[in-house]
Amino acid sequence: MLSFLIRRFLIMLLSAFCLTLIVFLLTNLAPNLEKLAKAEAGTRITDAEVAAWLEQHGHARPLITRYGSWLGLAPAWVPPGGGTPDRCRDLPDADHDAPRFCGILQGNWGTSTVFRGEVAPILGQRLALTGNLMFWVLLVMVPTALLIGVLAGMREGSWLDRILSGISIATSATPEYVSGVILIAVFASSMTGLRWFSGTAGSVAETGPTFDTMFLPVVTIALYGMGYVARMTRASMAEVMTQQYIRTARLKGVKFRNIVMKHALRNALIAPFTVIMLQFPWLLNGVVIVETLFNYRGFGWALVEAAGNNDMDLLLGCSVVAVVVVLVTQLISDIGYVLLNPRIRVD
Amino acid sequence: MEDLGTWEIIFRVLGRFWPAWIGVVAVFAVSIPFRRRLGLYGRLFDSRIAMAGLAIVLFWLFTALFAETIATHGVLQQVSGMGNKPPGTVTPDGAGWYLLGGDHLARDVFSRMIAGSRTVIVIAPFATAVAFMMGITLGLPAGYYGGRLDTTLSFAANLVLAFPVILLFYLLVTPEIVDTGLPQYLALVMFLFPLLFVVVLINSRWRVTPAFRTKALAAILAAGGYFYLTLVSEPGTAVAILPGALDLISMPSNILIVFVSVVFVNSPTVFRIVRGLTLDIKTRDYVAAAKTRGERPWYIMLWEILPNIRGPLIVDFCLRIGYTTILLGTLGFFGLGLSPESPDWGSTINSGRRLLTFVPFPAIVPAVALMSLVLGLNLLADGLREESLRD
Repeated sequence: MLSFLIRRFLIMLLSAFCLTLIVFLLTNLAPNLEKLAKAEAGTRITDAEVAAWLEQHGHARPLITRYGSWLGLAPAWVPPGGGTPDRCRDLPDADHDAPRFCGILQGNWGTSTVFRGEVAPILGQRLALTGNLMFWVLLVMVPTALLIGVLAGMREGSWLDRILSGISIATSATPEYVSGVILIAVFASSMTGLRWFSGTAGSVAETGPTFDTMFLPVVTIALYGMGYVARMTRASMAEVMTQQYIRTARLKGVKFRNIVMKHALRNALIAPFTVIMLQFPWLLNGVVIVETLFNYRGFGWALVEAAGNNDMDLLLGCSVVAVVVVLVTQLISDIGYVLLNPRIRVD
Repeated sequence: MEDLGTWEIIFRVLGRFWPAWIGVVAVFAVSIPFRRRLGLYGRLFDSRIAMAGLAIVLFWLFTALFAETIATHGVLQQVSGMGNKPPGTVTPDGAGWYLLGGDHLARDVFSRMIAGSRTVIVIAPFATAVAFMMGITLGLPAGYYGGRLDTTLSFAANLVLAFPVILLFYLLVTPEIVDTGLPQYLALVMFLFPLLFVVVLINSRWRVTPAFRTKALAAILAAGGYFYLTLVSEPGTAVAILPGALDLISMPSNILIVFVSVVFVNSPTVFRIVRGLTLDIKTRDYVAAAKTRGERPWYIMLWEILPNIRGPLIVDFCLRIGYTTILLGTLGFFGLGLSPESPDWGSTINSGRRLLTFVPFPAIVPAVALMSLVLGLNLLADGLREESLRD
């Protein structure tokens, strides 16, 4: 088990390294750097001025050195006149001219050009908002999906099964930007005149989450993920219900309710557990769409802003977070699978 | 003429779709009598779910085919005074209606939705097919040989899957990156896979009859190679292999980019599915028998293993077209790739969502269209799975 964990951890590090390298290469292509220079120094500057600006800010160094200094393996860029490098500004000691290492390995995530601030606190703040959203999504999605799946799977082929399966197929076929648009049109527009909920969640950062603003975003994400989890639960439940021990219990005269609650449920929930864990990367994706649609200023919204404006440090930070989230959930789902089902071993 | 009431709008909209209705009914009428002789396709007609799915998919297919007949107005045609009008409003010249209202630029929502079906119906199946060729060509050897090849390819696939799709789209599709020709280089690699797949397929099967094999390969390489070159090459861009006179098919660069990013996102998943299935199938006795006969690895992979994993692959293909449709919409939703006035569903949803709380129809109509197509594909896949599991 320990060697398995260590190996997975190393793979995670390698993946994060490769992905950040790719993001770094793509954000540092010549046209992107030119865009950055124009965004920072004025849109009407000449090519020569662009080159000078890039030279001044250390973007003219070899690519591998720049990636190294982001990573913290190469010294940070010191402007030609000397002084503290941009990246190291908040470090305490005042030895100005010596080259220093202040990359991500030293805990320095760099500066965001869009939000004008340190990347680490920005990411933390945005992740907290998204975490809040995710918490409510899971709270709504998981019990509903499991309930639908169990109800549909306990009597396969019944009318209840048909209806619930139909609902889960329909919700998993409706992407977030479609269901979000429809939900806003029905519950927050002048079309039906209902206006029960707010169609935007832009104010959440200031006022804190309210039922009114959070309801539609949460339901939009939960709906899409719910269908898939419900179908997996249904399949697993239906399989368990055909097992011998269920038949034995029925022949013994155990009540149907008790069979479902005591005998079937625990065995049927192993497969959905993995699926729920593996939903996280998908939720991350849906979160980006929903946060853009509802103007909810969380991680996904920041990601889109960063990508749209070629905000290198923030983009790199976002990709590190995304990779870690994806790979950690994969790891947890693997370990959880082993714990729930002792017949499976990791090697 | 007067503005239309709700029922009139519904009847007129359904009526405009007459070529699609006739098409669906014709396909069903032709297929049902012969369903016992049509294999897996014929067995779809035994399941009500599969039939519903097939009907929806065919409906959109025919809508895309007869888009000009069904649409009432031009895609970019603006009629002054019709901006943000509700459904069923008469146009000022009194000649017709904006059946589902007008958008903020006074264009007909209904006609744009019809025109938008074309983008999806053309790109989604082809992009999915290319992703499948890529996934199969890489997944079979990875599962069959295992070892270092498997480790490397799986790592690369997981790397792409660990990326948030939207970040990937932003990185591939922004104009700055497009200028560098990166998507075209990717296309250069991706479109090679279908050609490679067919060549290896033919070569491994008819290696023992060199006379036929050589002729077939020469023909495929000549036709496919030329097709490949004219598809990837585009005069005046970073990849201009063929001179303009020989370059028959010119794929508009923004379509190419959308295509490339969708294939790029889809192929790792296909790779993982194929690899997993191959790992399972290669332990079977008929594979051992083929090995004992002295068959070559590629023959075993393509003519022994591949036909036996086709069931799950066909089902996944259907589901994946639906997923690709969603991805295309996602691209449009973020305003990436296609031009803003393009009528594709994602872009129209994106442009309609700004006024959503006041003028909902420009966004809702394409949203419902997209939802119904994906739902149809999912139902079809579900039916296929049930029918293929039956034997």
